[in-house]
Amino acid sequence: MPSSASPSRHRVTASERVGPYTLLRLERGDLEPGVPGQFFMLEAPGRLLPRPFSLCLAPPRELAFLVDPIGPGTQALCELRTGDEIGVLGPLGRGYRLDVERPLLVGGGIGIAPLPYLADHLGGSPPVVLGFRSGEHAEAAALLPGAEVAVDPVLVTELIEPGHDVMACGPEPMLCAVAATCPEAQLAWEAPMACGYGACYGCVVEIDGALKRLCLEGPVLDAARVRPPVEAVA
Amino acid sequence: MRILNASGCLDALAAPEVARELDAFVTKTVTPLPREGNAPPRIAETAHGMLNAIGLANPGRERFLAEHLPRVRELGVPVWVSVGGFCADDYAETCSRLTGIEAIELNLSCPNVDEAADSAAEIVAACRRATELPLYAKLSAAHPDVTDVARAVAHAGADGLSLINTLRAVALDKHLRPALARGSGGLSGPALKPVALHAVSVCHEAAALPIVGMGGVQTGRDALEFAACGAADVALGTVLFADPGAPARVRTELAAACAEAGVATPGDAGPLTKSPETGRKVPA
Repeated sequence: MPSSASPSRHRVTASERVGPYTLLRLERGDLEPGVPGQFFMLEAPGRLLPRPFSLCLAPPRELAFLVDPIGPGTQALCELRTGDEIGVLGPLGRGYRLDVERPLLVGGGIGIAPLPYLADHLGGSPPVVLGFRSGEHAEAAALLPGAEVAVDPVLVTELIEPGHDVMACGPEPMLCAVAATCPEAQLAWEAPMACGYGACYGCVVEIDGALKRLCLEGPVLDAARVRPPVEAVA
Repeated sequence: MRILNASGCLDALAAPEVARELDAFVTKTVTPLPREGNAPPRIAETAHGMLNAIGLANPGRERFLAEHLPRVRELGVPVWVSVGGFCADDYAETCSRLTGIEAIELNLSCPNVDEAADSAAEIVAACRRATELPLYAKLSAAHPDVTDVARAVAHAGADGLSLINTLRAVALDKHLRPALARGSGGLSGPALKPVALHAVSVCHEAAALPIVGMGGVQTGRDALEFAACGAADVALGTVLFADPGAPARVRTELAAACAEAGVATPGDAGPLTKSPETGRKVPA
C-alpha cells in the first residue's frame, strides 16, 4: 500500500493525443512517482471501479499516463479535460529491477506506457525496440525518441539482439515470445484489477506454479516465474 | 453501528492500515482444504456493480489456523472468521478449532462454488454444538423467501445474520461470451443495495437477531438506510476496491447522515421503518 490509504484528488493539467492513445497529465500533488513499472489506480469517471495504469512520464509536478480507449472506463479517462479532477491511488505493486548492465527496453502497443519513465530512470539513452499493429499506433513511438520501430507484420521480437537485459511490456503473446528467447527478461504483465492493493483477488496469474495476485507480486516479474494463460501462447 | 468489511473484500495482511480502520475485520472464507480458486478472468465490471468468481481461494484450515490467523490477530482489530465448507461437519470442525476471535460468520451462500449438501439450519446446528462463539449466518437473498432461512437458522442457534451475499449473475464480453472464466459470478456493488435492504428489512421482522447489513454500501447515507431497515451493523465490500479509505469516510458520513435525518444514532433510525411486506411498523 502507498503511504495514503485513500485515493487523493488530482487535477488534469493536459490531455494530449498520441496516435490512437491519450497521454493524460495530472498534477502530482503529494504522490510519489515510484519505481518504473509500478502502477496507479485512476478513477474512471462514471464507473464503479478504478483502472490500473503504469506511470508513463514523471515531469516536474506532474504524473502522466498513457491511455488506450478500449472500454467505457478508459474512454471516460480520454474524455477528461484540463481542470477536471480524478482520484488517484499509488504507486502500487513492484516495478522493474534497475540494477541491470545492458538494458534493452521492449514495448508492444499500449505496453510502451511504462518505458519512457523507465528510460529516464536508467539514463544514458538505453536502446529501445517497439512494435505496433499499425502506422497510426506507431505514432506513439514519439514518446521514446531514437526507438527502433516494427509495424505489423514485422514483430518487435525480431528486433531483439542477444546479450541484453531485456525489460519488456506489451500484450501477452509478445511477452510469451520474449520469454521464450530471453528467459532472464523482466516482463510487465496486465490483468483485470478492481483494487490494485490485494483486496479483490481478481488479478491472479500463474506465478511460481500457483495462482497469485499480480498487483502484489508484480506487475513486473522475471520471465521464468510466470506461466501465461493458454490462449496467450496460441 | 459497527463498520466491518464484507468477507473476501479485504486482505488485512496486505493492507493492515485499512483493516485497522474497521470495528472488526472479517477474514476471507476458510475451507477445510486449501483452494486455489477459479481460473482468471475472475472479475468484470457491470452497470452499477461488478461480478466476481474468486472461488473461495484460501490456504485451507490447517495453514489458516497455524500461520494466517495468528498474524491477523496481531493487528489488534477484533477478528471475525468466515467459515465455509461442503457439509455440516466441515463447518463444525473449523468452528471447534477457533479461539481468540470475536465471532464466526458461516458462509452459507457463496455463489461461486457448488452448494453445500446440507441445509443452512443443519450447518448452523452442527456449529452451535461445536462452539460457544457468536455465530452469524451469512445468507443469500436468492431464495424464494429468505425469511424462511432466517427463521430456520435462528431456531438452530445462530446469534446473528449477515445479509446479503452476492447474487449469481452473468456478464458477456464484446464477443458475447461470458466475461468470467467460470461463466457466472456473484454480483456486488450499488446494484445490490435495494435487494439487500429488502432482505434486511424482512429478516429483521422475521427473526429477532442482530443483522450485519451489506450489499452496495458506498456512503454513510447507505449505512443509515441499512440501519433504518433493521441492521445493527454494516459491512463494506466492493466500495473498498475503489476507496480503501471508505471505513473512515463512511463513519464520518454516517454521523452527518444521522444529523440530517434527525436521529441521534443509527439505531434510532431502525424503528422508523415499516416492513415492506406488511406495511406494519417494525419493532425496535
